Amino acid sequence: MATHLERVGRKTLEQLDYFGSLNIQLWGTLRSITKALPFLGNRYRWKASVDQMLQIGVNALPMVALMALASGFILAMQGASELRRFGALHYVIDLIAVGFTRELGPLLTAIAVSGRSGSAFAAEVGTMEVTEEIAALRVMAFSPLEFVLTPKYVAALVAVPCLSIVCGVCGIVAGGIFMFFSTHLGFLLYLRYVLTSIALRDVISGMIKSIVFATIIAQVGCLEGFRVRGGPDAVGRSTTAAVVKSTFLVIIADAVFTAIFYFFIGKP
Amino acid sequence: MAIISIRDLVVEYDGRRILHGLNLDIEQGETMVLLGGSGSGKSTLLRQIIGLERSRSGTIMIKGTDIARCSQSELKHVRRSIGVTFQSGALFNSLTLEDNVALNLREHTELAPPIIDLVVQMLLTAVGLSEFGKLHPQELSGGMKKRGAVARALALDPEIIVFDEPSAGLDPVVAAELDELILLLKQVYRMTIVVVTHELTSAFKIADRMAMLYDGAFVAVGTKEEIKNSENPHVKQFLERIPSNVAKTTAITDFLQRYLEAPEVDQ
Repeated sequence: MATHLERVGRKTLEQLDYFGSLNIQLWGTLRSITKALPFLGNRYRWKASVDQMLQIGVNALPMVALMALASGFILAMQGASELRRFGALHYVIDLIAVGFTRELGPLLTAIAVSGRSGSAFAAEVGTMEVTEEIAALRVMAFSPLEFVLTPKYVAALVAVPCLSIVCGVCGIVAGGIFMFFSTHLGFLLYLRYVLTSIALRDVISGMIKSIVFATIIAQVGCLEGFRVRGGPDAVGRSTTAAVVKSTFLVIIADAVFTAIFYFFIGKP
Repeated sequence: MAIISIRDLVVEYDGRRILHGLNLDIEQGETMVLLGGSGSGKSTLLRQIIGLERSRSGTIMIKGTDIARCSQSELKHVRRSIGVTFQSGALFNSLTLEDNVALNLREHTELAPPIIDLVVQMLLTAVGLSEFGKLHPQELSGGMKKRGAVARALALDPEIIVFDEPSAGLDPVVAAELDELILLLKQVYRMTIVVVTHELTSAFKIADRMAMLYDGAFVAVGTKEEIKNSENPHVKQFLERIPSNVAKTTAITDFLQRYLEAPEVDQ
């Protein structure tokens, strides 16, 4: 019994330690964020941020677009198969437009970026730990947070919302293609229905979610990298942990935000 | 006055004592070699000297500042007067060799870019890498990486330079070249040099004084001759390369002998 309690206590302390580290790291990053901004900050950090934006955003574009198109078709077909029974096929448009703007756009993007870039952050920072590059930064009087994490965080804050918009647009386009082939609904008319379905509140909630998801992915990925101790096998474990933890936290955060928007901000 | 002064330094990890009340003075301009076998605590001591870890007991005064107790801004200030070359070189893989060397100058000085370029070229020439500035660290050999790390460490003209296992993983010729470079730094730049190593040839070539660590404590501190003539059993064992566990060695030898003498078994 005591052993079991000890184990639970130890696990709880480990989790508290993890979330404490995550918070300290986030505040450290926010304090140094001006250094990675254009005009205000350090030229080299901003350049690093732009490089990261290309890696996180531009290079992930085809993958996110394809995922969104496929998910758009799936959602449209599944929705249509049920709604057709009630003669409410036109509600498929609302389902896709609102679903992708509020929910699926940010969520699919976050899952793709977490798998692609969250793991890359952990691997890069973890390798820097193993090869003593992080130690070298410290002894050269640089802050590893400012030097390594902040450009990645700024890049994620820009790239993830942009990718979420692209994801939403591709999902809606997929819905339009489905509606054209199943009901011969013209694409312009479809777009008009889409625009009437979406409220500004939906777009804002989607953007807020994608900013939170970007924060989770960048912070968890880099924290896993900074916590690497030992050799190359530890780097491998950190990349897995980065993807698993960031995906888990993204989904939890999504549930929390959806509940907040549903219960407090305004019911649809 | 000593430029580095260590007093009663105790380091513990999870209740296990790694360094047992160390005392050491390193004078300005001297080359101090910290010798010791694996697990003797020399890397822990090095991490304390460069401020990567801060002990709760004892003091490490560098140029009059206790780096175990000072504020982060004071620590930053002290760190700018220390150049460190890590065992692997620790050059940043995302930057070219030139950018690695220029990094300190760009971030910590107000020098104009043409002046920085000039200083970088001078430093790369000093370490014999002037033709390789555009390459990334992954395109360099182990010895070149270490020399590149020396150039980077010299960029801010530090008063102290610390080497962690400079000859580790290098062939004897490249290791000898690196030793020559360390001697050059001492003669030309009159730097205080701290070298952590277990390579005896290098150690005796570059050292002014040596300190031998055994099980987290100094068992001998002195000049090369004093260390060579030391009667301390741990120093003698280390210098004469006597295996520490004779019983284990005998058992392995016996096993091999039995194996070799055993009749061959037909397959």
